Amino acid sequence: MSSLLNKAFLNAKKENRPALLTYTVAGDNTKKKSLEILNSISDYADICELGFPHNTPIADGGQIQTSAYRAIKNGIKINDVFSIAKNFKKSKKNTPIILMGYYNMIFQYNENKFLDRCKKSKVDGLIVVDLPYPENKSFASKCKKKGVNFIQLVSPTTSQIRLKKIIKDSHDMVYYISMLSTTGGKLKVSPKKILERYKKIKNQNKSKNVVIGFGITEKTIKSLKKADGLVVGSAICKEISKSIERRQNTVTNVTNIVKRLRNKIQ
Amino acid sequence: MKLKMKLKKGIPLIDQHDQQGFWGGKFGGSFIPETLKKPVEDLTKEFKKLRNNKAFLKKRDYYFKNYIGSPTSFVKLENLSNHLGGAQIWAKVVSEANGGAHKIYNATVHALICKAMGKKYIVGDTGAGYAGKMLSMAAKKFGLKCKIFMGAKDIKRQKPNCDAMRKNGAEIVPVYSGSQTLVDAVSECMRYWVSNCDNTHMCVGSTVGPNIFVKICGWSTAQISRELRTQLKKEFKKIPNKIKLINCVGGGSSAYGFWSEFIDFDKKQIELIGVEAGGPKKSKLHAAPLSRNAKVGILHGAASYVCQNNEGQINDTESISAGLDYPGVSPIHCFLKDTKRARYTYATDEDALNAHVMVTKFEKLNPSLEPSHAFAEAIKIAPKLSKDTIIIVNSCGDAKKDRDILRERLGKH
Repeated sequence: MSSLLNKAFLNAKKENRPALLTYTVAGDNTKKKSLEILNSISDYADICELGFPHNTPIADGGQIQTSAYRAIKNGIKINDVFSIAKNFKKSKKNTPIILMGYYNMIFQYNENKFLDRCKKSKVDGLIVVDLPYPENKSFASKCKKKGVNFIQLVSPTTSQIRLKKIIKDSHDMVYYISMLSTTGGKLKVSPKKILERYKKIKNQNKSKNVVIGFGITEKTIKSLKKADGLVVGSAICKEISKSIERRQNTVTNVTNIVKRLRNKIQ
Repeated sequence: MKLKMKLKKGIPLIDQHDQQGFWGGKFGGSFIPETLKKPVEDLTKEFKKLRNNKAFLKKRDYYFKNYIGSPTSFVKLENLSNHLGGAQIWAKVVSEANGGAHKIYNATVHALICKAMGKKYIVGDTGAGYAGKMLSMAAKKFGLKCKIFMGAKDIKRQKPNCDAMRKNGAEIVPVYSGSQTLVDAVSECMRYWVSNCDNTHMCVGSTVGPNIFVKICGWSTAQISRELRTQLKKEFKKIPNKIKLINCVGGGSSAYGFWSEFIDFDKKQIELIGVEAGGPKKSKLHAAPLSRNAKVGILHGAASYVCQNNEGQINDTESISAGLDYPGVSPIHCFLKDTKRARYTYATDEDALNAHVMVTKFEKLNPSLEPSHAFAEAIKIAPKLSKDTIIIVNSCGDAKKDRDILRERLGKH
């Protein structure tokens, strides 16, 4: 049986476009609001990534840090993250949801317990920023057993030998980090170069869905539309910050930006 | 099945980790983003090569002697010992090292590695400002461009070291996120490295961070105990039968350096005592993950005892000493704790201040607030011990940098 993730990519492919993946932080800026945002943006996004916020995020830039600190300050707990995911799935059962975060949170919760909760909440995939290959081997296989996609990351510094091994061990989706940067950096590599590297990854195994993330905004998204999927995170978090600052409706504003992103790759 | 943790003899502690980089099967490792895998692997290979390269070792020894000023002296604190009664108190005056603290060893080695790898830029984190100051010195000495990440709170409270960094031509990048102290400085420094690892070398300022940084730092500070071993033999004709080596522990780089040659000894002969920052007496916050029973967690790329909540969010810490104000601790100290080779305790801000006052009153020594934590423990236990017990405190930093805090708290200078 094909996973929901695979289906989402397939649907986008049928429409001759990349899948649009969004990233928001659970509980940003409240539990209720972040669920509302998810429900609303998923009309335009194919896959939703939901961050479980950590207060020492070593790979995130300013925008996502701000969102994470805001959510933590508002009292978000891991159990809330699961309940947001679960409630989201109640209304959008066909939209895949991926949880993303740092390993210490999973470690403290207990790996097995965490995965049980993922399964119960119908979480489709997991990205763990600071658990690289091969350290992630045992956890990734636990994920597989529970039917949760473990999403491997690949970066411009990943060697060819490593790439082969990572792809071999990957599940349905692989995340390519476009450049040497934390999240939210300005795209400092040409789209042409990114797509060249993307192709190298894709050529390892055509059945894997490879998405590109980091540095993707309304300005840059169109130039990368040949990929299987494109992830936008910081641009969305920034919009939430801006809306709060201006006392505007975050749900409307964030939905509008996602709608515009989607139009650019249509 | 429970793994039995055991120390090995005849192998430096920094090399007693498994293939994945864990000491005792659970402390350390390399929990890093994919982007850093390659630079960390490159650095690991380079360090392995360099530490076995005679020319490199010669270079290291040359700079340790002629630039850092090794060996630092080993002196008896006669007046303090007489005042307290009981054990003899000695000090290894590491603050005599160029720049005024042990951080110069790690900084010098990192600058040499950076040069060997052909990188022109070096970045580092700092809490008390010593790691930053020393890195800026070493960068200047070896012609490297240097950026130092430092919490905004620490920039305010350790001004003399900031002035020194700027004088050496380093750029100080203030970090405003989180608690604006060392923990945030390390995070921001790692983020910077993620973005610039192609042309920049990163120096982690203590025996913390991904496995390789623990090793490089420990390998560098180990010089302290090599000197002490020679000095002990010279002073006492042999290694005495009752020694207590007392050192403050923040990240743990000076403590490891102070102890590394003595870990193989029986603890009845040489006891290792680490003193963490207990924070203000009346505060619930502290920076003492080892002595106040924190749980194992992952912070800055390594598993160690970490001050954190149930969810795994890292706790704010509080200490008068910026150099010890860190929620995690070196994985090698976690290993020494669990194998019971070292004993860890803590001193409060007030204990450290009182110790500073007492030591400066009786001796021509001006320990910074970090080693003042170690002196606090020495002062506490010395009266209860026999005359033939040798307490040695690593006086690993000079209090010049604490000028403003001491003036505020003690009204002196």
